[in-house]
Amino acid sequence: MASKKNINIKLKVWRQKKASEKGQMVDYSLNEVSTDSSFLEMLDQLNEQLVNERKEPIAFDHDCREGICGMCSLYINGRAHGPDTGVTTCQLHMRSFKDGDTIYVEPWRSKAFPVIKDLVVDRSSFDRIQQAGGFISVNTSGNTIDANATPINKEDADKAFEAAACIGCGACVATCKNGSAMLFVGAKVSQYALLPQGKVEATNRVLNMVRQMDEEGFGNCTNTGACEIECPKGISLENIARMNREYLKASLK
Amino acid sequence: MAKSALLKSSLAKKYWMALTGLFLCLFLAGHLAGNLQLIFGDALKFNQYALFMTSNPAVKLLSYLTYISIIFHAIDGIMLAFQNKAARPIGYAMNNPKGNSSFASRNMAVLGTVVLVFIATHMMNFWAKMHFDEKMPLQKITIEMQGMKNDFYLTTDGGYVPANDQNYIIKNRTEIYDATANVKVKEAYKDLHKITFDFFRDPQYGLAFTIFYVISMLVLAFHLLHGFQSAFQTLGVNNKFTPLIKAFGTGFAIIVPLLFAIIPLYIHFTK
Repeated sequence: MASKKNINIKLKVWRQKKASEKGQMVDYSLNEVSTDSSFLEMLDQLNEQLVNERKEPIAFDHDCREGICGMCSLYINGRAHGPDTGVTTCQLHMRSFKDGDTIYVEPWRSKAFPVIKDLVVDRSSFDRIQQAGGFISVNTSGNTIDANATPINKEDADKAFEAAACIGCGACVATCKNGSAMLFVGAKVSQYALLPQGKVEATNRVLNMVRQMDEEGFGNCTNTGACEIECPKGISLENIARMNREYLKASLK
Repeated sequence: MAKSALLKSSLAKKYWMALTGLFLCLFLAGHLAGNLQLIFGDALKFNQYALFMTSNPAVKLLSYLTYISIIFHAIDGIMLAFQNKAARPIGYAMNNPKGNSSFASRNMAVLGTVVLVFIATHMMNFWAKMHFDEKMPLQKITIEMQGMKNDFYLTTDGGYVPANDQNYIIKNRTEIYDATANVKVKEAYKDLHKITFDFFRDPQYGLAFTIFYVISMLVLAFHLLHGFQSAFQTLGVNNKFTPLIKAFGTGFAIIVPLLFAIIPLYIHFTK
């Protein structure tokens, strides 16, 4: 039984020693991959094989492996986070592939996400966008007000929560034909704009976050809707529309 | 800060794309209504309409707004397209954009460029002739009197003037002067109707022109299919009316170019 669940696959993986060097797609064969293993476990297995062959293992990002940290990435067979919908690469399992499949594994491609090594890209541009305005100024020195003391209507709370589900993985940028970060920024702007605590700094927030987004070299949204479909957290295009409204409002102030 | 942001930022460029695009949709609807007179009206009605469109001050203002919108929409679009291209210097070895986005949404720049080329040729063929061509024909009718066929210019006061008469001379392309008194007596119509029918019934190139126009309208349809509803999303409208906007946009994108395309087909195939 156990052997039946194993598959043999071929891989084409982007290898790049460092940011300043050119990379290329390299072919690998990997046998006896359990269909119960996750995609990252499969890469672990491939790396073990490479180490045994005294070759440099493939560098890739990962952390919680539970689909909530936003650390894993990978453009697998032409799709961000692979063929499944609503999951990150760590939650993608090898049962989604067939015996003998050739799997392309590439890093996120964006000017604002430069490759550091192999499949690892530098997503600190997202951090800088957050630092530009993705916060609320609250005094936390011991006299914090209970969040539940502020009444919020259910619909807004739900929408803010849905926007806050964004884990900042960058799949939206990776899949967008324009390399646009507007779904990410839209989600981050929305999650605060919908809540009373966030309204205080709403004007500067959206202006600063969009300015930072532009400075980082992301492209411009053309409303293809690809990001919404590939987003592992199902962040809606409504958030981009809300950011557009917020920005227009802020610009006219 | 706020003011400069509204000119330079990514979102500002998108707002301008959306606003100029929607204005051009209004223009299309108006232009179509006028053009349909080529099928449903007669030559005089169409030429009267053409005269109105080139002389009425309010229309003039709208036409300048349209020229500016086309130019701005094109320049802004090209700038955005180059920025978007630059945002991904290295592409994917394997990509599947078909799986998550429509053909039109991914090719707006290419579709728009084709539409722009079409607009340029279209303006050269009709608009430029109407405005600048010294040899623009005037509308004539032939009346048979006592077995003799005589040509007359139709005039804006509803009358007519003999065309080959030494007593009248034409100045400033449309003004009919009394030759002896040297005073303007009447004004003739530029025959845009004839220019249009001759263009699509040209024995040598009429079919090619017709095909080019139909293909251009197909391209326009795809451009509108994404562009119309996309403009509303860009301007921040994404709510319970969005399904309605999308349905209306789809209808607009199919019906308007289709009706436009029927005109050259009608003219070419009814000769």
